[in-house]
Order: sequence, then structure tokens, then C-alpha cells
Amino acid sequence: MNKLNFLRPNIENLNTYLYSGIFLISIAILDVSLSSFFSTNITSFLPNFISFLLPLILGTVGLHFIRIEFSGIKNLDLLNKNINTNTFNAVLTLLIIFAVIKSIPPFLSWFIFDATISGDTKEACTGTGACWTYIKIWLNRFVYGMYPNELQWRINLSFIALIGLAFVGLIPSEKIKKFLTLYYVVIYPIIAFVLIYYLISGGAFGLEWVETGAWGGLSLTFIVSFFCLIFCFPVGMFLALGRRSELPTVRYISVGFIEFWRGVPLITVLFMSSVMFPMFLPEDFFMDKLVRVIIAISLFEAAYVAEVIRGGLQALPRGQYDAAKSLGMGYWKMHIFVILPQALKLVIPGIANTFLALVKDTPLIFVVGLLEIVGMLNLAKTNPKWLGYAMEGYVFAAIIFWIICYAMSKYSYNLEIKYKTDR
Amino acid sequence: MSEPIIKIEGMNKWFGDFQVLKDINLAVEKNKKIVVCGPSGSGKSTLIRCINRLEEHQKGSIVVDGTELTENTKNIEAIRAEVGMVFQQFNLFPHLSILDNCTLAPIWVKKMPKKDAEDLAMKQLEQVQIVDQAQKFPGQLSGGQQQRCAIARALCMEPKIMLFDEPTSALDPEMIKEVLDAMVNLAKAGMTMIVVTHEMGFAKEVADEVIFMDEGMIVEKAETKEFFANPKSDRTKLFLSQIL
Repeated sequence: MNKLNFLRPNIENLNTYLYSGIFLISIAILDVSLSSFFSTNITSFLPNFISFLLPLILGTVGLHFIRIEFSGIKNLDLLNKNINTNTFNAVLTLLIIFAVIKSIPPFLSWFIFDATISGDTKEACTGTGACWTYIKIWLNRFVYGMYPNELQWRINLSFIALIGLAFVGLIPSEKIKKFLTLYYVVIYPIIAFVLIYYLISGGAFGLEWVETGAWGGLSLTFIVSFFCLIFCFPVGMFLALGRRSELPTVRYISVGFIEFWRGVPLITVLFMSSVMFPMFLPEDFFMDKLVRVIIAISLFEAAYVAEVIRGGLQALPRGQYDAAKSLGMGYWKMHIFVILPQALKLVIPGIANTFLALVKDTPLIFVVGLLEIVGMLNLAKTNPKWLGYAMEGYVFAAIIFWIICYAMSKYSYNLEIKYKTDR
Repeated sequence: MSEPIIKIEGMNKWFGDFQVLKDINLAVEKNKKIVVCGPSGSGKSTLIRCINRLEEHQKGSIVVDGTELTENTKNIEAIRAEVGMVFQQFNLFPHLSILDNCTLAPIWVKKMPKKDAEDLAMKQLEQVQIVDQAQKFPGQLSGGQQQRCAIARALCMEPKIMLFDEPTSALDPEMIKEVLDAMVNLAKAGMTMIVVTHEMGFAKEVADEVIFMDEGMIVEKAETKEFFANPKSDRTKLFLSQIL
């Protein structure tokens, strides 16, 4: 057996180094875990400072031992290549592992073990953890806002109908396939509008009228996001084309529009839409606050969408335009069949970005007095009976937004794969 | 002698202050094959791009099949529909299959029924021998196959004139032949062709006339045999001595 040189692990003594390395790393992790989960310190006999740093030192030495190139063990090589290339990376790896171990227990105990969900009042929450009772009691308000309880079936029904109708595209029929684009671009939004106008708003067919001021919570988040997404996309597309138009008037109007909306904060736009805009309208002309807000956000986001799409248009080689023109296609045919399909495919990540930002911007509509989910949270947390549970509320909202946004992001990723025909 | 199908008179073109084409006069009769050659930057590509107005000319006139090229977009689209063009970089539409590349313009520009357009496309793809690739996407084809598809796509519009802008310059030597063969077949079928190329073998085999351009001017225009046997200008002689 060769003489062991501890500073240079090598392949001849692979097993010796491997086992001693794994042993040291295990001790390091065990030490941190014990102190984290059970608040015991197995190295308490050592001076404080050394006891604190011991896991890091042991782990680093352990990782040094197992850093053997071309060991022939696939997982070990992979590990070394990814998180253990040198001492610095080894230390970083350990620090991250320790940080995760240290932060899990407090989070879990707050989130689950010490949390309360039973009871109907604040008094039920006696533990040190989260008070999910608060969310439970207020859930109805967080989802439906001030919408009257006995009428909430109307919101449920319209949303179920809309979700169901969104899956029409999956019907495997050639006859329907032809009209899918038309359906999703024109018919579906109209159905959505009609449903929301007659069912949720009411006022006809014997349904009681519910003013938009009473709408709120998660359902309002969905309504605002849905219509803004639907409107801002086509507007943005036309603005992008307009900005690249050869006609100076069209170009300058588009540039002016885009630069105006990109230059002002959304909160200002919303404020103006509700306070200043009505001043310029004839007195007998009434437009609902919610409608004004949706238009304002749509135009605001359209400016961003326009610039994203313009990026895609500019990325296309000039040859594509030449080829389309040389086949006798005019401006619209060229764009509809050749340019836009390719440009839009290129900018799916950018569009998804803008759309996610839009959804997360919807809480700003509180400035005009519309309370979607975050607005309702703010309202609930100032309720005298439920003071002091802001944290639970924001965690809840974060989870809800994360789910919505993650779903959208997954969907956009699927689209990218679906339309990938080249390269 | 019949009226020329392309008639260019006193045509000038500038890119900014730089004059790329100077006083071009050219008449091309129906069914003639013209090869345009010359050094890089001599304005060959710009000249044929002017014929279907991918580039605008600033002075003079271009008349294609009895229609003068002006600002009138309807005229331009009509002319482009009957002037096919093949590019150096193929410029196939990467998001469409080979078959859809070929049927797109006939269906939407010429309002041809889908079935007819597909039959026509398959016929043209068969002519260039890539009918078995019809369902693939351009990115899955070799350069030579892509260029042959581009030729088929242009032919699907049933053009009266075909313009070729250095169709073999972006290809491997091995693939040049398959594209040139497709072009020779097309020439034999009687198509009016203007070809910008450095393939002198192709010129000798197919061309009725050869045009030599330099610095934006037509330096020499002669029958093919005459052009290669005894070129008149010194510039042409120099060019030929280097390229042959």
C-alpha cells in the first residue's frame, strides 16, 4: 500500500479517502442537524468558537478527501464536477447545506407544527406559529371580496363555465379545429364578457345587480388579469407593427403612444383613469370604474408588449421579408403568415414575462378603491378583531400568486416547445 | 422580334450618396436566359432585386411584362406574383413544412383552392426531386435540398420570369450540382431566367446572353459564345482570366 498523503487524495487509495471523506461530511451534517432540530450540541466540550466552526472544517476536509478526479464512480464524478471543484466551492456548498438545515425547522414549526387552524376567533390562536384560523375565517372575503354571500354561486358558475370553455381546443374534431383561432381570439373573450356582464354583474334576467365596487378578492384578480391580458396583446401587436411602419404618421403615433405609457408609473395611470378621465367625458356618459381600470392597465401593458414584439420582429432576418414579398404577398399577408408567427414564437419568454408582471401588478388597483386579494388582505388585517396577522395574510397571498404565476410560466414554456420547428 | 418582357431604361440607383447602379439599359425577351456576372459589389444583386422592386430605383424606368414599376403597390404585388425569385440564403419559412412553404403563396395570393395548390406543389417538388421531404421542416433539410425547395416554391406561383440571386454561393461544392441541375431543367423547359452566378460552366451550358457588370455599370453584354471566346473590354478579359 502506498504511503498516505492526506493533502493529495488519489485514485490508488480511492476507498480509504472515500470512506473517511464521507464519514467527516456525515459528522458535519449530523452536528448541524442535531443543533438545528434538537437544540443539542455534541461538540459542546470544545471551546465555543471551535465548536461553532467545527462542522464547516470537518465538511471541508471531507469534501477535500472525496475530490478525486476520474474516480470511475459516476455519481462521485458528477458531484465533484458540480459542487466540489475546489475548496472555495466546497465551502460554499457546505454553507448552503447548513443554511437550509438551519432554516427548515423554524419555518416548519411556524408554518405547520405550531400553527393553529381550528376555532373561529382570534382567541383560538394561542400557539407561537401561524394563525391559519385567520385565513380560514376570511377566506370567503379573500376570494369573493364584498360580493354578497348568497350570490356567490354566480361567480362560481361563470368561472367554472369559462374554465370549461377554455378546453374546447382539446376536442379532437377536424371541423372545430378550423375555427379554433377565431374561437380563442374573438368568441371566447365575448363569451367571457357576456358571462361576467350578465351573471356576475347581474341587473337582468331577474338577477340582482351587484355593483363592481363590491367585487373583490381573488375573483377580481382573475377578472382584471384575464381581460387585461386579452386586450393588451392585440393592441401591443399593432403598436409594434405601427412602430416599424413605413408610414410616418402611423410610426410617430405608435412611438408617441408607447413612450407615453412606458414613461408613466402604473399607479399614476390608474389614478388618472378614475379621477381625471371622467372629467373629460360628457356628463351623461358613464363608464364603470372597473372598465376604466381594465382599459388603463391594458393600454399600459400594451406598450410593454409592443416593445417585446418589436424585439422579435427585429430579430428576423431580412430574407424572410424579401422571400414573402417576392411571392407577391402584401403587407398584411406577409405579416400574418410569415413574419408574426416567427416573431411571436421568438418572444414567448418576453411576453410571458410581461404577462406575469401584469398579474402581479393587479394589486395596485387598490388606489381606485377596488380590492382584489391583496387589497382584501390589507382590509382584513386592519380589522380590530384580527389585528396582528399580516404575516399570515401575505404568506397566503404569496402562495396564491406563486401558483398562478408558476402555472402561467409552465404554460409559456410548453408553448415554446410546441412551436419549436427549427434548429 | 417580340416586345421584351423586361425593359430597363436609363435606370439609376443610390444607397444614400453611393451610386450602386449607373445608367442601366437592358431588354430581356421572353424565354431568354441571361447570366449576370461580375466582381462582388458590382451591383448584380441590386439589379435583379430592382426587377421585382425589392429595391427601389431612383431614376429611369423598369417595365416588366407591360407594367411599369412605380409606387403603386397593387402593380408591384401583381408583378411580384409573376416574377419568381430564388435567394442566396434560400429564405424558406422555417415555421412551415416544405409543402406549406410551397402552397402558402398560391393559396393566399392567387386564391387557389387548397387541394389544387397542394397538387401543384407536389408536382413542382417532384420536378426538383424532393417530393419525399414534403412533410419535413426546412431546418431538417440539407442546403441543396432547401435551395431546390426554394426553387419549387417560386415555381408554384407559375411565374413568367425567374430571378436567381447567387443560388449556389451558400452551398457545399457537392450540393451545387443538384441545384444547377434543377436550374438547367427549368431552362430547358423554356422559362425566362436572369441568373446572377459565378458558375461559368452553367453560363456556357444554358445562357443565351452573358452580362458582365463592374462598379454599377454593364461593362459588356454579349452572346454566350462570343462573350467567352473574344470578350471586348479589358476589364472582362481580366475577370475571365481569373475566374476560368
